[in-house]
Amino acid sequence: MFTLKFDENLCKTCPTCDCLVKCQYLDLEIDEARKEMMKIIKGGDSFVLQDCVTCYGCEEYCKRGNHPFYLITERREEKGILTAPRAITKQWINIGEPRGKYKLGEIKEKILSFGFMPEFLELVQGRLFDDVMPSYVFGQEFFCNVVYIHFANTSIIKERLPLVIDNFRKLGVQEVVCLHDECYGSFTSLAPAYGIEVPFKPIHYFEYLYNRLQELGDEIRPLKSKVAYQRPCSSRLCPDTHHFVGDIMELIGVDLVERTYQGENALCCGSIFRMMYGYELANDVQKRNIDDMVGHGAEYCVFNCPACLNALATKVAKRGIKPIHIIDLCRMAIGEKPEMEVV
Amino acid sequence: MKDVTLSLAEVVGEKYVSSQPEEAYFYARDPGLMPAHKPDYVVLPKTVEEIQRIVRLANKEKIPIVPMGAGMSLSGLVIPLKGGIVIDMKRMNKIIEVNEKARYVIVEGGTSHGLLKAYLEKRYPRLRHSIPDSPATATIAANVMIHGQGRLSQQYGFNSDMVAGLEIVLPSGDICKIGSCSLSPEWFSKGAPLPDLSGLFLGWFGATGIISKVALKLYPKKRMRDVEIFVTDREDLVPDIIYELTHTEMVEDINIFAQPLPMIFKDNHHIVICVTGDTDEELEFKKKMIFDALDRFIKSKDGGFMSVAPAMKETFLEMPQKSASTFADVTKGGGFEYSGPIIVVERYPECARKLEELATRYALKYNVTARVIGRGHSMMFAFSFTFNRADRDMMDRTKEALHEASEYALASGGVFWKPTIDEQRMAIERMDPNTRNLIKMIKKDLDPNGIMNPGNWEVNVDEI
Repeated sequence: MFTLKFDENLCKTCPTCDCLVKCQYLDLEIDEARKEMMKIIKGGDSFVLQDCVTCYGCEEYCKRGNHPFYLITERREEKGILTAPRAITKQWINIGEPRGKYKLGEIKEKILSFGFMPEFLELVQGRLFDDVMPSYVFGQEFFCNVVYIHFANTSIIKERLPLVIDNFRKLGVQEVVCLHDECYGSFTSLAPAYGIEVPFKPIHYFEYLYNRLQELGDEIRPLKSKVAYQRPCSSRLCPDTHHFVGDIMELIGVDLVERTYQGENALCCGSIFRMMYGYELANDVQKRNIDDMVGHGAEYCVFNCPACLNALATKVAKRGIKPIHIIDLCRMAIGEKPEMEVV
Repeated sequence: MKDVTLSLAEVVGEKYVSSQPEEAYFYARDPGLMPAHKPDYVVLPKTVEEIQRIVRLANKEKIPIVPMGAGMSLSGLVIPLKGGIVIDMKRMNKIIEVNEKARYVIVEGGTSHGLLKAYLEKRYPRLRHSIPDSPATATIAANVMIHGQGRLSQQYGFNSDMVAGLEIVLPSGDICKIGSCSLSPEWFSKGAPLPDLSGLFLGWFGATGIISKVALKLYPKKRMRDVEIFVTDREDLVPDIIYELTHTEMVEDINIFAQPLPMIFKDNHHIVICVTGDTDEELEFKKKMIFDALDRFIKSKDGGFMSVAPAMKETFLEMPQKSASTFADVTKGGGFEYSGPIIVVERYPECARKLEELATRYALKYNVTARVIGRGHSMMFAFSFTFNRADRDMMDRTKEALHEASEYALASGGVFWKPTIDEQRMAIERMDPNTRNLIKMIKKDLDPNGIMNPGNWEVNVDEI
C-alpha cells in the first residue's frame, strides 16, 4: 500500500506553522498550531481533526512541501472521523467508480484530460484547442479521485489513482493537459506524496491556454473588463500554476481586480461546505466572497472549476456580475462566442 | 334491438364511435400487467347530453360502460373487464371558468392536466393547480377519481381533496351537481357546509357515475421554485426527517426516491424538497429554515444536502416530472407497474426494505418512490418494477412480486391507491363488514343494473 511521505522534522523545525496559523477557518496562534500539528503527527487527538473544513489551504500555506492536509486526511480516516455525512461520502465514492463507459477522442501523444467533469465536453471548443482536439479522455477511468480528500478517504485514492494512471499509460500518451486542477494536483502533488509513479508529463491547462493565446496573439482584442477570479480549493494543490491567472488576464486585456479574497486568501465556493456542514458556513463564505467581488467593481466572475461555477454562477449573476469560465473568457478575447452562459 | 353502433352513432356522430378491432385492441389494455379485455364499442361524446343518452341506452340494453380519461392508471382501471362501451372523454376538454379571486377552475371531464397548466400559465400566471407526475395528457377528472397526488399534495392533501365541485352523470342518466354548485352558481366547495356527497363518486373508478364537469381549487403560484435534495443512508431516519421538514411549513412538495442505479443514487434515500418564493429573500429564508430543521442530521453525519447540478435541478423541477416515464422503460420493452399503497410515514423504512428484498428475490429492476401527502399525514409508497413485455417470465415474476408487495402493504396497515382488481379483491375481503355493506348498498341503489365499470369495487367477490 502506498504511504504518505511526511517529514516530522520539517514540522518540528517550522518557523511559522503557517499551515494552521494561516487557516481561514480555525483560529490558532503559532505555539498552539505547532502543538496541535505535533499531536496530529503522533497520531493523537486534536480538535483540528474535527474542525478542519477541508479547504485544502494548508497544503499551499506550507512552503516546505510537507503535505499537512494529506496528513490530516490520513489521520481522520485512521480515526474514523467523518468529514461529510455518510450518505454524501458514499454518493461521491459511488460516482467515481469505474463503469467502463468512458469516452476517448482520437488519442495522440498529447491529450486533454476532462477527468470526470462533463462540462468540459461542452466547454472545450474553438481555435484555442485546435492543436490538440479531438485528442481527449473523459470518464471515471480517467477521474483522478482526489476529491476524496474532502471526505477523509485516502484509501479510495490509493486504490484508484494508480489504476487511473495506468489507464493513461495504456494509451501511450506523453503529455496530459489537465482541464481540472484536481487532476493536475493529483499527478504533481498527491501521487508523488504517496510514491505513485506518473509515466507522462502533466500540463496545467492554464499553461496550455497561456501558450496558445500567445500563438494567437495577433487575433486578441483586449476585453477591457474588470474581473474577479474564483480560485477553487483544488488549486491549493498546485499553487505554482496560479500566476498564470494574472498572466492570461494581462494577455487578453482584462483587469484582475485586487480584492480581499484572492490568492492565498481566496474563499471556497461553498459547495462542499454546504454538503458537509449545512447552511451557515456555506452561506457566510459565499456572501463574503460575492460581496467582495461586488465591492471591487468586478464585471465578470471568472471560474476555473466547473463545480465552483455550478455553485456560484446564479448567485453572482443575481448580484450583477457575469459568471464565465476562463476558457470562455479567452475565447471571447479571440472573437469567439462563449459556450456556457448563465443568465 | 337496434344495432348499438348505429344507436351510438346517432348520439355522437359516426366519426366518434367504433366497434372496429383496431380501436378494440388499444382500448383493451394499458401499460401495466392486467390482461387485455376488449370493449365492444368505443365512443367519444362531446357534450354532457350525449353522455346522458349513451348511459340511458346502456341501461336499456344492459351494456357495461367504462368512463375513461387518458387511461394512465397503470392498474387497469379502465380496461373493460366485461366488455361493453368505453366512453373516452377526450373531446370534452373545455376550460369553462376560472374564478381568479376565489381560486377555482371548472373544467369538462376530459380536460387534461397539461391543457390546464398551459392555460393558467398564459392567462392566470399567479395561479396553479396540483399537477401530478403523470404524462401531461392525464385528465383532471380521472386523476381526482383515483385520488391522485400532485405537486401540491404535500401541502393540501390528495388532489381529490382539492375538488371544489362536481357534475355527475348518474347511472340512471340523470345529471347531479355535487357541492356548492348544487344551489349556488359558484363552485367553491365539494361539500362543506352541506353533506359531502362527493364521496359517493370520488375513488369509485366510475362505478357510481361519470364526471362530466369538475371544479378544482387553484393555489398561489410563486414566481420562483427551487429544489434541494437531502440524502441519508438510513431509511429508519426518513420519517423523522419528513417530520422535521413538514413542521417548517416551508415546503411545496416532498418526494423520496431510492434506486440502485445509476451509481450516484446507490445505497441512499433521497428526499427531494421543492421550495417556492416570490423573491430571493423569501426563497432563501425558506431554505435556511429547511437546512436548520435538518441540522441535527447533518451534525450527526446521518444525512446531508447533496450538490445538485443545474441540469439535475431542471429534471426535478419540471412539471410533470418525466423521470417516472424514463424509469418506466429502463428495462426496455415498455412494461411498468407499481403497487402504490397509502401508508403512514413511519412505514417507509420497512416498505423500502421490503421492496429491495422483493427486487432481489424476483430479479427485477426496482425503484422506491414516495410522495408525502398533507404535511406528513400519510404518504404514497410505490413498489415499482419495470419489465419487458416480450419476456413472459419477467412479467410473471413482476406480477408475483407486486402481489406480494400488495399483501405486505395491507398487512402493514396500508391502504391501496388506485388498486388493481386483485388489490380491490384483497381490500374488500379485509374491509370492515359494515363498510363493505355500505359500499354494496350505495352501488346497488345508484346502479341497479350494474352497468357502471363492472368488476370494480364489487362487494360480491365472485363478481370480480
